[in-house]
Amino acid sequence: MMPSAGHSTSPAPALASPPLPSTSLHTSPPMTGRERPFQGAVLTPARWCVIVGSLSVLALILAVVCLQLGTQYIGLGRLVGVLSSALFDQPTENEAIRTTSVILLQVRLPRVFLGFLVGVCLASVGVALQALLRNPLADPYVLGVSSGAALGVAVAVLFGIGTTILAYSLLPVCGFLGGLVALLVVYRMAATYDRLPIHSVLLAGVILNAIFSALIMFITSIMEPNRSFGMMAWLMGSLTAPAYPALAALSVYLLAGLVLLFKQMRVLNILALGEEPARSLGIDTERAKRVIFLVSALLTGAVVSVSGMIGFIGMIIPHAVRLVVGADHRLLLPASALVGGIFLMVADTMARTFFVPSEVPVGIITALAGGPFFVYLLVWRKDRLV
Amino acid sequence: MRFPVDLMARVDAAAGAYSDERHAYDVQGASFCYGKSPGRESRWVLSDVSVHVEAGEILGIVGPNGSGKTSLVKLLAKLAVPQRGTLSLFGQNLADLSREETARTVAFVPQESPPAFSFTVAETVLMGRYPHRRQSRWSLGFGWEDREDCAAAAQAMATMDIAQLASRAVTDLSGGERQRTMIARALAQMPRVLLLDEPTAFLDLQHQLEICSVLRRLTDEQGLTVVVVSHDLNLASQYCDRIVMLKEGSMYSMGTPAEVLSVEALRAVYGCEVLIDPHPESGLPRITLPRQAVPLRV
Repeated sequence: MMPSAGHSTSPAPALASPPLPSTSLHTSPPMTGRERPFQGAVLTPARWCVIVGSLSVLALILAVVCLQLGTQYIGLGRLVGVLSSALFDQPTENEAIRTTSVILLQVRLPRVFLGFLVGVCLASVGVALQALLRNPLADPYVLGVSSGAALGVAVAVLFGIGTTILAYSLLPVCGFLGGLVALLVVYRMAATYDRLPIHSVLLAGVILNAIFSALIMFITSIMEPNRSFGMMAWLMGSLTAPAYPALAALSVYLLAGLVLLFKQMRVLNILALGEEPARSLGIDTERAKRVIFLVSALLTGAVVSVSGMIGFIGMIIPHAVRLVVGADHRLLLPASALVGGIFLMVADTMARTFFVPSEVPVGIITALAGGPFFVYLLVWRKDRLV
Repeated sequence: MRFPVDLMARVDAAAGAYSDERHAYDVQGASFCYGKSPGRESRWVLSDVSVHVEAGEILGIVGPNGSGKTSLVKLLAKLAVPQRGTLSLFGQNLADLSREETARTVAFVPQESPPAFSFTVAETVLMGRYPHRRQSRWSLGFGWEDREDCAAAAQAMATMDIAQLASRAVTDLSGGERQRTMIARALAQMPRVLLLDEPTAFLDLQHQLEICSVLRRLTDEQGLTVVVVSHDLNLASQYCDRIVMLKEGSMYSMGTPAEVLSVEALRAVYGCEVLIDPHPESGLPRITLPRQAVPLRV
């Protein structure tokens, strides 16, 4: 096939020419060398491995640093000692080491782990919602999915489920239902014909947030004062790690959701083009939308039930990561997940160390970082948003 | 047990109607409206349209705004399903084909819409390879493109003259470059039928001509079938083998440009007077707007 007339100087990318069985529509150009086609223009498995690999290593290093920091600084040697003795079940006689071990294993480790997991989930949901709504400002918090989930959890707590043994299995489910209702309402409100105007989605989210916040306030105000105080602290977004069995159950629940979401990576790419192009490429868009909505609500619901309303991670992280690694969701989703995990883990460490002995809810830190970023996008990058 | 003779005859006739391989599309009495059925709010967008598209031709769909051009092309792309009537694609009932089977045969280039994300041109074109992907349970959403996919995409980009834009973000392109990227994505699908909705709407003269001659070359050399919705009657006249003219959701006429594009037809369909003379090169009808709109008595 010839390049069009007048542009014969533009080089066609080098490529191999295997037989093309599907149709004989095009004839393959001759093989020119062994360089990869589209050098630098498309994602390659090698680039994927480098970026995801280095982010994983970074996450691991920062996790160790976060474990060290706190009211009591733990040196690297002692940290490794305590972790290995816990791993190989060697009891120790030293009182100081036993104290360190309790701090590390009962307080910091679950908390750092939970922070990472929550960040991973929020960033992943943000990526998925942005692709699905074709809206770079979508985020479970901004769209009201988080407050829907919070309302679900608050209702459950109001009726006393929160104090029963069922709490850790039922609260995520209530959060899921609340989040799902919110997501469907936002989508219905915003979908005019086939298009989803960016601003109408955001407006729908604002309205929904207002309604849900009012209902949550109402529920909080009719609770007994001591319970409503805990409720307020939870709503502001704080990572209080549950005990290990509950944490393990939560992790399984979240990982299952993440796997379902990661199976949609290539579909997300094409959905980001628009619904009609996606359907004309053979994607069952209704099914894909259902899966992504359900998984997003599932992850948000579970995350909100343990950590309250931690905002903006789902918007800032995918946006920043997209600027660096490109828009291909096969890299964007895992990279955003890792960066989201790192971000929340570090933000939570800041929240619990900066104002010792008191600690601030981590939601305040993420909102303080995310709000200005949101304004920046709306005001200075609006050319990219229309 | 024997079938009654007249029933057999009817079965044969039906099979004959559908199995004509020379027809890329056969649309029989298609009626379509948005929603389930026409009611107070929605009316028939298309009513009783029967069109056939021959393999290897360029068919133009023209008509005024709201005459159902886009809806018709969406029916052909299986993006919408008609409430009445049948569509067949190369002799097979379109309703029986899965979405993916359709996507391997038919590529659709929608009207220009601004991209939301900064995919590169190469990434966008490679998305056209999605219907040809290898299915695997364990690919976990990656589905890396292989050399065949890259080859197809590179050819499509060379055809549309965008190879030099490969690593540019689609958000940074001009309207014309973006439109050529979208057509390249459709070509990367390696379709037998290419459907285009207003492909030249955002292009300058040079690129309009270039796209039209590329489409012409693809049909002539490789037997691609092209259906193109166009507002530009002159381009349609010069480049289409046949033209379907729609008026208020039903077919007004179908035939060669010389048959369809007449002063009387345009007066009846568009409601305005135009001048038509033979094109100095091709002799095909050339439509010129008059200096002053002539008020029509309806």
